[in-house]
Amino acid sequence: METTGSSGQPERIVAIPLRHPVRNVVAVVIILIVVLFVVDAAFFRPAYDWPAVGKYIFDVRVSQAALVTIELTVLAMVGAIVLGTLLAVMRLSPNPVLKSVAWAYLWIFRGTPVYVQLVFWGLLATIYKTISVGVPFSSDVLFSWTTQDAISVFWLAVIGLALNEAAYMAEIVRAGMLSVDPGQSEASTALGMSWSQTMRRIIIPQSMRVIIPPTGNEVISMLKTTSLVTAVPLSTDLYTRTRDISAETFNPIPLLIVASIWYLFFTSLLMIGQYFLERRFARGSRFVDVGPGADNPTVLVGATPTAPIAAQPGTSTEGRSS
Amino acid sequence: MTEPLASIPMVIADRVVKSFGSHTVLKDISLTVNRGEVVCVIGPSGSGKSTFLRCINHLEKLDGGRLTVDGELIGYRQRGDKIYELKPKEAAAQRKDIGMVFQRFNLFPHLTVLENIMEAPLQVKRQSRAAASARALELLARVGLAEKAKAYPASLSGGQQQRVAIARALAMDPKLMLFDEPTSALDPELVGEVLDVMKQLARDGMTMIVVTHEMGFAREVADSLVFMDGGVVVERGEPREVLTNPQQDRTKAFLSKVL
Repeated sequence: METTGSSGQPERIVAIPLRHPVRNVVAVVIILIVVLFVVDAAFFRPAYDWPAVGKYIFDVRVSQAALVTIELTVLAMVGAIVLGTLLAVMRLSPNPVLKSVAWAYLWIFRGTPVYVQLVFWGLLATIYKTISVGVPFSSDVLFSWTTQDAISVFWLAVIGLALNEAAYMAEIVRAGMLSVDPGQSEASTALGMSWSQTMRRIIIPQSMRVIIPPTGNEVISMLKTTSLVTAVPLSTDLYTRTRDISAETFNPIPLLIVASIWYLFFTSLLMIGQYFLERRFARGSRFVDVGPGADNPTVLVGATPTAPIAAQPGTSTEGRSS
Repeated sequence: MTEPLASIPMVIADRVVKSFGSHTVLKDISLTVNRGEVVCVIGPSGSGKSTFLRCINHLEKLDGGRLTVDGELIGYRQRGDKIYELKPKEAAAQRKDIGMVFQRFNLFPHLTVLENIMEAPLQVKRQSRAAASARALELLARVGLAEKAKAYPASLSGGQQQRVAIARALAMDPKLMLFDEPTSALDPELVGEVLDVMKQLARDGMTMIVVTHEMGFAREVADSLVFMDGGVVVERGEPREVLTNPQQDRTKAFLSKVL
């Protein structure tokens, strides 16, 4: 549609870019403050004791404790994701008993501080001295252990962290499942698939895109929450170990810095992982197709990261008439 | 059932009532659909057409009346004069013989076209992969989309998606097909390809109930046309007759607006 009549390319706009003088001034001021703070911290504050930081950062006791923190994080998250998914499915099930049980679980484990829960888990052996398997309503005992021997402090910490986190994961998974178009379960039901088949085959796979990003946040959050296991009390994790070392050296500040550097290092690794995971699942949501049937130009405008339904042309805005 | 099957109508709705809370959507619907018959249902939005369709495969629970498909009471079991609710498994078993096609297609976006069609035969009928895949490819060829087997739904046009949805329903070898405004979400130029598939299905003798706004399709293909309004069947008859010479005032008023 040429209206200009002239030939060749349309004229490019050559404009003078908008200036941001205030922005530049603020940036310089902030940089100055940061530099002053760093110089001051590096040379004029002996309490930071940087040589001690250098001495302890790769201390074997510290790196071993860092490994324990990672173990706690991974084990607790795996447990939380499995239990959380189960709780989410229970909350969405048509069965009122399952629904209520899941609701009560969330009420208790989300409604009390994780620190308090960890102290409770530490006192498990005080409350329940033995774990016994026997015949109900009789005095026959088949197996019996003392609680203290059966479950180590490390596993109490894992259980405590996992059960607390499961309550939050349940809400994340539930939100993911609710984000799936109700037409999906309707279509699946109409095909004669059962409720559990619909969940397993149709709803949960589609909800992953919504579940993955907040789960990444939860992993990072869990990494830091492990510093509370001293409440159990477990003393082999990163924070508790550095605090114990500083109790001997009467020099707490450099060891706090050591712990912080390790936490920041792990968090950075997790953030990188999360970035790639999110990218991967965002791509999945577009269902960009490489198969031989993918030559239809009409709908490949669906290259924007919207829900697949938006890629359908001529979608009428009125709902179905009922 | 002891009666000879061929003599029983495919669908008998007898004084069907359905409410959502205090809102009664279906007031009193009685309708019989014979084997091999194609019935089109028209009516203003909110008249209960879609709800009625969803009652037939028990996506919605009836509140009153009786509904049978192929002589079998839908959603309930009658013993003596008592009526028992069916278990979810039994209700699912009834649905597998009733195909349904939705306005918004509702294809599974995380599965390829072929996997969409194979899903229910694999999961519900426990067919072998080879058998399900062979049947799916055959159905895809029938709806003219054999080359799209490995594509994902999002890469198909609306018309293509709806044809896949029809193939998906046919993969369960249903005895009855329900169509809920199958062309309402389509661009005008894509409506024809979906109607063509449905016409072919009608010619092959499938029993079909079609909620639609396509009067041309109704006139050409339907054996009978039902006009619903306000939760009741206002008029039913031979499509040409109803469209050109409606007997009821409400039908006349509706047709004057849409034709």
